[in-house]
Amino acid sequence: MKELRLMKGNEAFAEAAIRAGADGYFGYPITPQSEVMEYLMAQKTEERTGMVTLQAESEIAAINMVYGGACCGKRVLTSSSSPGISLKQEGISYIAGAELPCVILNCVRGGPGLGTIQPSQSDYFQSTKGGGHGDYRLIVLAPASVQEMADFASLGFDLAFKYRNPVLILADGAIGQVMEKVELQPQQPRLTMDEIKKNTPWATVGRANGRERNFVTSLDLDSLRMEKHNHDLQAKYRQIEENEMRYEALQCDDADYIFVAYGTSSRLCQKAIQLAREEGIKVGLLRPITLFPFPKKPLEDLSKRVKGMLVVELSMGQMIEDVRLSVHDKIKVEHFGRAGGMIPSPHDIVDALKKQIIGG
Amino acid sequence: MTEEIIIAGFGGQGVLSMGKILAYGGVMQDKEVSWMPSYGPEMRGGTANVTVIISDERINSPILTQFDTAIILNQQSLDKFEKAVKVGGTLIYDPNGLTRLPERKDINIYAIDATEKASELGLAKIFNMIVLGGFLKIKPIVSDEFLRKGLEKSLPARHHNLIPENEKAIQLGKTLIKEIHKN
Repeated sequence: MKELRLMKGNEAFAEAAIRAGADGYFGYPITPQSEVMEYLMAQKTEERTGMVTLQAESEIAAINMVYGGACCGKRVLTSSSSPGISLKQEGISYIAGAELPCVILNCVRGGPGLGTIQPSQSDYFQSTKGGGHGDYRLIVLAPASVQEMADFASLGFDLAFKYRNPVLILADGAIGQVMEKVELQPQQPRLTMDEIKKNTPWATVGRANGRERNFVTSLDLDSLRMEKHNHDLQAKYRQIEENEMRYEALQCDDADYIFVAYGTSSRLCQKAIQLAREEGIKVGLLRPITLFPFPKKPLEDLSKRVKGMLVVELSMGQMIEDVRLSVHDKIKVEHFGRAGGMIPSPHDIVDALKKQIIGG
Repeated sequence: MTEEIIIAGFGGQGVLSMGKILAYGGVMQDKEVSWMPSYGPEMRGGTANVTVIISDERINSPILTQFDTAIILNQQSLDKFEKAVKVGGTLIYDPNGLTRLPERKDINIYAIDATEKASELGLAKIFNMIVLGGFLKIKPIVSDEFLRKGLEKSLPARHHNLIPENEKAIQLGKTLIKEIHKN
């Protein structure tokens, strides 16, 4: 039976993680996502499902606790906001190198540095191009509603375990703080030790008892083997690109122009579409749901029949690079955005479309 | 029907919870809703505001710069949001503590003496419900029945004994609101 609630994005994510059978959350508070841990603590997860909720002494400790839990085949997660996610990058690189599953939520705030606490999308490069050191990719999901904050907690675990890869949920302050209706999935039981041994035969679960020992590490001093490991990782990323690309196209069928936007920006663009269409401007929205893998093909296809694209981001222009690579300079692609926690009005977006794309 | 509302005042006036009860009422009435609080530096400076949208359709942006209705509970909020009301829209204010009254002629303006009434009754805590009642008199977008269900949902069970008092305050607000200027 469906269960409808009015929740903040952060709370919905936390509740959905419990229901997805999470074994452990490790975090450190930072605005605008502190409600995640607050909610888990208030839920007394250890009593409710046996899930551990722990406030670590720092973000670095938290991500290494995630690393440890993931080694053991547990469903573990963490959350933070931009400066805290920067602190976690070393651990995330290790987790990606060791090919371990976990879910990480970044409720992005304005940067660089300690920045502001208002919504921003200026961590796109960090999220999609590596972030930490080494040739690796995260699967990056970009929720645009409270419902998706909930849905992506369980989808995140599914993808993380399917590919043995960290999944980053790239939200922002607005999606974390807004309350909307959300439909929650029923509680999924946490996996038993037997199920973990069966589902994740690579996990370090104690005595080997006759089988070959499991060894989880990102270190291999043999360069040839490390190169092969890199090739294997890349093959996995290509497979992810083939199977997991997700996007939403709104009012694109008759569109002359396209907004490309994710998360909060995509919501602003939906309002901008309404305003523009009232003036007779046919504009649609291509919303990437996965930022890695990026929806290159749908953008390339659209570029064959629209006149221009405006990439709307709460940043000085990051995703626009991937949009331009996707459409190969065939049509005009421009960026419009605000930074530092400022949010453009839908009217500003329509004006930018007129000035930079239609009239430009 | 889509109603885009900003409620703005001081922290502690119950701005956020008023918005939450309204939003919950909308959910109970099977509407689409969103509730977007200010959580930034302005909140830390003592002012609080929340954008509430109640609609029959899927809500596009939860963040807005123009509103059908502004409910204004202090001077800073009047200065900031009077100009954000759409032409033909509605502004409701509590005159308590205002040094300048709304001036626009292209919107509908209503006043509600909720602060004064609440303190007269010695019930400062239900101030926000008086204001909510005033709003619902002008814009009956959520019915009494569903608002009650919203109260039940948004208040923790240990406070459910306060629901009748809240409902009385809502009805009081409906009698208290008065028209100042009709566009």
